[in-house]
Amino acid sequence: LSATPETPKEDGRPKWDNKFQYILSCIGFAVGLGNVWRFPYLCQIHGGGAFLIPYFIALLFEGIPLLHLELALGQCLRKGSIGAWNTISPYLGGVGVGSWMVSVLVSLYYNTVLTWVMWYFINSFQEPLPWSVCPLNENRTGFNEECYESTAVNYFWYRKTLNITPDIAESGTFQWWLILCLAACWAIVYLCTIRGIETTGKAIYVTAIFPYLVLTIFLIQGLTLPGATEGLIYLFTPNLNTLKNPRVWLDAATQIFFSLSLAFGGLIAFASYNPTKNDCEKDAVTVAIVNSMTSLYASIPVFSVLGFKATTAYWDCLDRNIINIINEFDLPEESIMRQNYTTWISFLNSSYPEKIAGLKLKSCDLQEFLDQSVSGTGLAFIVFTQAIILMPGSQAWAILFFIMLFSLGLSSMFGNIEGVFTPLLELQIIPKSAPKELLSGIICLISFLIALCFTLGSGSYWIDIFDRYAGSVPLLVIAFFEVIGVVYIYKIKRFSKDVEWMTGRKLNLFWQITWRFISPLLLLIVFMAFVTLQMQKPPSYTAWNPKYEGFPMKEEKVYPPWVQAICVLLAALPCVCVPLVALFHLVKQKHRSKEPSLVPPEVSFCQGTNS
Amino acid sequence: YAWDANEEYLFKAMVAFAMRRYSSKSATQISNVLLCNVTDRVSFWFVVTDSSKNVTTVPGSEVEAAIRMNRNRINNAFLLSDKTLQFLKITSTLSPPVEPSTPVWLIVFGVVLCLIVAGIVFLIVSGIQKHRKKNKESTERENLEEKVEVTLENGIPCEALDLKAGHINGVFAADDDRFTSL
Repeated sequence: LSATPETPKEDGRPKWDNKFQYILSCIGFAVGLGNVWRFPYLCQIHGGGAFLIPYFIALLFEGIPLLHLELALGQCLRKGSIGAWNTISPYLGGVGVGSWMVSVLVSLYYNTVLTWVMWYFINSFQEPLPWSVCPLNENRTGFNEECYESTAVNYFWYRKTLNITPDIAESGTFQWWLILCLAACWAIVYLCTIRGIETTGKAIYVTAIFPYLVLTIFLIQGLTLPGATEGLIYLFTPNLNTLKNPRVWLDAATQIFFSLSLAFGGLIAFASYNPTKNDCEKDAVTVAIVNSMTSLYASIPVFSVLGFKATTAYWDCLDRNIINIINEFDLPEESIMRQNYTTWISFLNSSYPEKIAGLKLKSCDLQEFLDQSVSGTGLAFIVFTQAIILMPGSQAWAILFFIMLFSLGLSSMFGNIEGVFTPLLELQIIPKSAPKELLSGIICLISFLIALCFTLGSGSYWIDIFDRYAGSVPLLVIAFFEVIGVVYIYKIKRFSKDVEWMTGRKLNLFWQITWRFISPLLLLIVFMAFVTLQMQKPPSYTAWNPKYEGFPMKEEKVYPPWVQAICVLLAALPCVCVPLVALFHLVKQKHRSKEPSLVPPEVSFCQGTNS
Repeated sequence: YAWDANEEYLFKAMVAFAMRRYSSKSATQISNVLLCNVTDRVSFWFVVTDSSKNVTTVPGSEVEAAIRMNRNRINNAFLLSDKTLQFLKITSTLSPPVEPSTPVWLIVFGVVLCLIVAGIVFLIVSGIQKHRKKNKESTERENLEEKVEVTLENGIPCEALDLKAGHINGVFAADDDRFTSL
C-alpha cells in the first residue's frame, strides 16, 4: 500500500465498514443451504472419502480461478454486473444482463425455501412437535389414513406444509399460512437489504457466524448419539472404484461451481464496494477454502445424526420382531434382547421353521437403513426432523436447526439481492433524489408478489423446476463467457496488469494458465456433459399422490409439454441475452456506420477510472 | 413388579369392578372372573361368569364394552398404559391432542412479524431523519456562503475597510472600556 495518504474517493459509492465485513459477506453468500444438504449427500453416494479427490481438483482448477476473476473484475471496475460488463465492452453487456436475470430467478424461489424453513421454525415451539404425531381421523378410532400409511413426518411436510397436489398441472389453492410466512421472509430480506451493504454489512455478522456456532453444537451433540460412529464411518469410507464413473467428476465440478455462487453477479457487486487497492487474490483463496471446509465440517454432524437415525430405525425393527416372536412363543419378557437376537432367531428357525415363516418377520439390516440417502429438502424436512424427534429436548434442537438453516439461506439471499439491486441502482431506474430504501422496497414487493405462485399446491414442483433449470445451465454458460470475455476480449495482459496494480505483486503463473486454458475448457466440458445427461431421458418428476398404488412411494411422472417449454425458457432466457445484446450493439454500430471498435484502446480501466 | 397370585387377584377385582360399573349389577364377584392359560409372558385368557344365570359366561361384547369404559382405571391400577397392558380385540379410542384456541405457531409468527415491522419502521424513520439533517446542513452551508458573498458584493469589501481606510476615532480610542470588565 502507498506511503502517502490516499485521497478519499469522492464518488459517493458506499463502501464496506471494514475488510472483515466484505470477506464475511462473500463467505455468507457462498456458504448456503447446499453446503449442508447437498455436499454430504454427494459424498455418501459417490464413495465417501474418495469424492474429496475430484472435489478438490475441481476447486483448484475451476472454483478458485473463477472466484478470483469475479472478485478482481468487480474490484477493478467498481460497478455491478451489468455496468462492469458494459464497461469492458458493450458487446459483452449481455453477460451482465444474463447474470442479473439469473439472480432474479434464483431470488424468487430461494426465498420460498426459506419460507418453509420459517414455517417449521414457528412450529417448533409446541409440545409435542407437530410432525411427531399423526392426527386422528374423523371418528377418532384411528389415525388419519394418509399419515398412517406414510409417516407422521412425511404427512406434516406434504400435507400440512405444502398441501401438495398429485400433479404439477393441478395448481391447487393458495396456502394462506405459506403466504404469511412468505411475507415475513420478504420483510426480513427488506429489513436487512434496505440500504444496500450498509445494512447487510451489519446483518451479516449474525447470519454468517451463527450457523457455525449451531453446527458446532450439533457436532458435539451428534457425536454423543448412539450410532453416530456408524454414520461417520459409512460417510468417510473411501471407495476408490467410484472414481471411474464420469458422473462423479461431473457432480464434483457442478457442486463446486454452484456452491461458490459464481456467475450470479453478486460477488462482482460485493467486490465493487472495495477500495481498488485490495488483495483480491488472497480474498478469493480464503473464501473458496472456507466454503469447502464448511461443507466438510457440516457433513460431520449431518452424518452423525443420520447414523443415529439409521441405528434407531434398526433397533425399532429388531424390537418389533422380538415382540412378535415373544408373543408367538409365549416366552417371558426380556428373554430375547437385541444382542442375542441372531442366536435366538437361528435357534428358533431350526426348531420351528414354519412358525417363524408364518410370522413374516422383516429382515433388519443396518446397512439398508444407512443406504437410504436423501438430499435437498428431503434431508432437512423429513429425515432430519425425524431424527430430532428421537433426541431428548427435541424442541430446542428443532429451533436451533431451523434458525441455522434460515441464517445460511438468508446470507445467500443477501448476495442474490445485491446482484439484483446494485445494477439497478447504477442503471438509475429510480431518480437519484429518491432514497435507496424505495428501490429495495420495490424489488422486495415485486418479488413477493411473483413468488406467491410458489405458495400454490403445486408450488414445490415449480421450485424444483426453477432449481434444476434456472439455477444450473445458465450459470455455466455465463461463467464461460465471463472467462472468455476477460481473457480474450479485455485481453489477459491488461487484466494481469490491473490485478498487479490492485494486489501489489506480480500475477502468479497459475492464474495465467487456469484463466487462459484450463477453466474455459473445464467449463465447456462440464456444460456439454451436463446437457447431455439431462437430455438422455425426458424430464420427469416424482409426485406425492395418496391415491397411487405404490403409496407411500412417490409416483414418477413426466412433465407435460407446456411445462417442458417453460423449463427450456428458464434455461435459455439468461443464456440468450449474451448473443442478443451483442447483436443489438452490432446493429447499432452498423447504423452509425462508424468503425466497430471491438477492442477498446489500451487504457486500463482500473487505474483509469479512479472513481 | 413381579406377576404373582396377588396381582392376579387384583386383576380379577378390577374386571369385577368394571362389570359392576358397566351393568350396574352389584352381583358380580371376584369368583366370577376366571383366568386360564396363564403363561410366563404374562398373558392369559379370562372369562366372566354370571352367577345369576346358571354359570354361563357373560357375552364377550359386554365384557369388551365394560373394559373399554374403565380402561383408564384398570391401567392405573397396574401402573401400566394402553401400550403395555394389551387387551386383544379391544382397540383403545385415542384421545385427541390438546388443541389451544389459537394455534401456537400463529402466536410465534405474530411475535416475529412485530419485531420485523418494528425494525423496518425504525430504519426507515432513521433514514428519513438522516436525509433531513443532511438537507438542512447543506442548505445552512449554502446560506452561509451566500452571506459571505453578500458582504463582499456590497461594493466595498469589508476587509478592505478594516485594513486600509480606517480612521480611529480619538474619542473612543482613549476609552479603555473597549474591554468589558470582569
